[in-house]
Amino acid sequence: MKALVFERNLPRFAASRVASVFGSGRGAGIGPLQLLDALPPEVPGSDWFHLRPLLSGICGSDLATLDGRSSRYFEDIVSFPFVPGHEVVGVLDDGGVDYAGTVLAPGTRAIIEPVLGCAPRHIVPPCPQCGSGHYGLCGNIAFGEISPGLQTGFCAGTGGGWSAAGLVAHRSQLHAVPDGFSDEDAVIVEPTACAVHAALSGDIQPGDTVAVVGAGTLGLATIAALHHLIRPATSCTVLAGAKHPHQRRVAEAMGADTVVPPDQLARAVRRQAGSLVLAGRLTGGADVVFDCVGSSESLTQALAMVRPRGRVVVVGMPAKVSVDLAPLWHRELTLVGAYAYGTESTTGPGGEPRRTFELAIDLVTQAGLGSLVSAAYPLDRYEEALVHAGAAGRRGAVKVVFDLRNRKGHNR
Amino acid sequence: MSPRPGFVLEVDRSTPPTLYWHGERFRMERLPEGSRVIYAPEPLDPLTDPSAAIRHALRHPLGDKDPLPALLHPGMKLTIAFDDISLPLPPMERPDIRQLVIEQVLDMAAEAGVDDVELIVALALHRRMTEPELRHALGDRIYDAFAPNGLLTQHDAEDPDALVHLGLTDQGEDVEINKRAAESDLLVYVNINLVAMDGGHKSVATGLASYKSLRHHHNPQTMQQSRSFMDQHKSELHSANWRMGKLIADSGVNVFQIETNLNNDAFPPAFNFLQKREWEWGVKDRLAYLGASKALDRTPAKYARQIFHSVKAPHRMTSVQAGEVEAVHAVTTDNVWKQQGVVVEGQTDILSMGLPYISPYNVNSILNPILVACLGLGYFFNMYRGKPLVREGGVVIMSHPTPWEFNPVHHPSYIDFFEQVLSETTDPIEIAKGFEESFATDPWYIHLYRTGHAYHGVHPFYMWYWCAHALQHLGAVIIVGGDPAAVHRLGFRVASTMADALEMANDIVGTSPTLTHIHTPPIFMSDVQ
Repeated sequence: MKALVFERNLPRFAASRVASVFGSGRGAGIGPLQLLDALPPEVPGSDWFHLRPLLSGICGSDLATLDGRSSRYFEDIVSFPFVPGHEVVGVLDDGGVDYAGTVLAPGTRAIIEPVLGCAPRHIVPPCPQCGSGHYGLCGNIAFGEISPGLQTGFCAGTGGGWSAAGLVAHRSQLHAVPDGFSDEDAVIVEPTACAVHAALSGDIQPGDTVAVVGAGTLGLATIAALHHLIRPATSCTVLAGAKHPHQRRVAEAMGADTVVPPDQLARAVRRQAGSLVLAGRLTGGADVVFDCVGSSESLTQALAMVRPRGRVVVVGMPAKVSVDLAPLWHRELTLVGAYAYGTESTTGPGGEPRRTFELAIDLVTQAGLGSLVSAAYPLDRYEEALVHAGAAGRRGAVKVVFDLRNRKGHNR
Repeated sequence: MSPRPGFVLEVDRSTPPTLYWHGERFRMERLPEGSRVIYAPEPLDPLTDPSAAIRHALRHPLGDKDPLPALLHPGMKLTIAFDDISLPLPPMERPDIRQLVIEQVLDMAAEAGVDDVELIVALALHRRMTEPELRHALGDRIYDAFAPNGLLTQHDAEDPDALVHLGLTDQGEDVEINKRAAESDLLVYVNINLVAMDGGHKSVATGLASYKSLRHHHNPQTMQQSRSFMDQHKSELHSANWRMGKLIADSGVNVFQIETNLNNDAFPPAFNFLQKREWEWGVKDRLAYLGASKALDRTPAKYARQIFHSVKAPHRMTSVQAGEVEAVHAVTTDNVWKQQGVVVEGQTDILSMGLPYISPYNVNSILNPILVACLGLGYFFNMYRGKPLVREGGVVIMSHPTPWEFNPVHHPSYIDFFEQVLSETTDPIEIAKGFEESFATDPWYIHLYRTGHAYHGVHPFYMWYWCAHALQHLGAVIIVGGDPAAVHRLGFRVASTMADALEMANDIVGTSPTLTHIHTPPIFMSDVQ
């Protein structure tokens, strides 16, 4: 069976980086990613299960890794060779047990929560972050019984979603797919969870003005999270910058009050906030800005449109960026990251804290986020798939996925 | 030979192609046989001695007003207000009429021993003029005598300390105007009349007013009820200004109105072909057209714009009258009609027009899409008496590149209006209800209006309201050669050629429509019978 394998290979890595100058994903055919014959990974322990992927998404972080644009920060927290793919819905052919201890019958569809924290690594006692439910912040992601890797899809020992041979998932990672969920609904849960976590990290107060920079999958899901999870309690106003017409349409459908092209966002925020402008920055501005891109430009834009003592939440994965931090210092801004997911302060009906993935599953239903899946490719057309994903916005797409259901692929 | 009156040409097989302005370029269009082309009257002969005419007007006022020298005395407070950069178009060659008139007023004031004199640019909610623009309008002598001492100011409609509320009209309209002007013993207003809308009570009641006052007549309802606002007697805009003017007079503000008429000689000799009828073009005109046209086609729009904005018009004064506002304005209006009036028989299904690079609100700036709409549907459409040139449900075809381009210094609120308001709705009534107040009170726009050279935050709304009558009246608006995104944002249709535009218009007005083209420059008023 075939799998896309990412190997540590410096000449191929350099070739991919050069090719990416012509567009993200362009280096797929000459880079460190190769379509190889693969066997299913070994199960590391009795609480691990085989999962056969059905759909597996292509994330911005995957593209950054393939393009050689991701930060060297990650070098020690991945292990080679690895099979990418951390947005996964698959089938437990042999059954399993989920994060809550529920037994899942053979043939059950499941989503994986890909963070490889203390539980999958069999580290006892868990680190303080895992102990308090913040698995995404686990300090042990390079230790324990499996290879280093912050997530499934970046770890040599677990396999990843871009594989017909399948992957292995620890019970703490498994969430059964709800009845009525399509595979597309299921595969969008992981990025939705990132958006939910980001929205809940915004510390948004009643009446706040919120700006969202970027309208890819993360940006759109963040808008949906703000609309469904935050707005009911805060009546916040959400403004979004979206580059492409279809993104603008979807952003509006997801609940943004105002959607404008990115170069108009600062002006729209200024109008909403009634701010003045000084040295290219708003004197007032948005209370909270979500940067769902993570580039130098988007961060600069975010810092220029947030109010003094406002908050910028970095949602999109940044690499090495060049940003003037003088306004951060002078205006006492808060710059926070929002990575992955874990347990949120939002409580369930019994008062128990809810996992981000649970909230994300609810949100996918409420907002119809499965519709963000725009195109699916079989694994052997991975070069096309990655080029499509790298140009998703321009080509009218949002989320591009691999379809491992023995179908030929399709475009929505 | 006396100047020829306006003329309506019926296009036949022998008619040469018709010249259209197209922003900073020209187009030649061969119009269908049977189309009408309206040409303006030729420029009236100017006054041979403008200075003497001004002196005479000041000493022999119209209406119930004493001669100006009799109104001047030592110890009095004298304010001279004058029209801003929006007039005339293009800006005239030196000396500007304002300079000629104000010099004589100042001479008389000096002779009478008046030493408390201030000059105010009556810019209402327009942008502040720059020093070079003020020097051009007033001359260096006046500028240097007044500006350094703070005696030449620009009306600030947002300075509460510089405004005074005079009361409400019988229709409940606030009248709030410039305090210095209102509290002077004499307010001399110096007007340049280029179109019939200008002058009269509108000079003070609008030019020196605040937003609180202006909103009563600068609104869609007023504009829809003005048929048209170029015809004072059928203009609700003017009715409101006249009510306010009466209240201003009743409040004791002593206005001495000076109005001037210009001929329509709008472009220097190098552009003579613009104002000629095409079949009368000589070799020189053809060469000038070809040279200008080819050169402009090769010149980036930005530089072509600079070239055109450096053009100064050889306008000459044809009359000057002074005294009581209404008596003066009646004469002025008659004179406007003498220069600009053309009798036209009947309406048309399609009205076409070529739009130039300039309007009253973009001198030394960009004719942005909102101003394109305003120039075509606000000004050219409304330049009628009787009934509109185009029938109800008819089509206007405008030719202009309509770039999605704005001058951020002059038109900051226009950018937001275009991006945020017109993307929601193009209905003037909805726009007024939903957005006007927030733009009018936006502190950033107010700051830029007061300290920079920006039009007031509410100004793009007024430009859109100016289109309200046309938008209500027309079946469609088509812009030939416009930027599709910008044209669609305006709610109009875009065509790449005149032939395409005519075909599109057929869907609205039928397959055998009548077409009338208004040939500008120069501008004219149609008296539609």
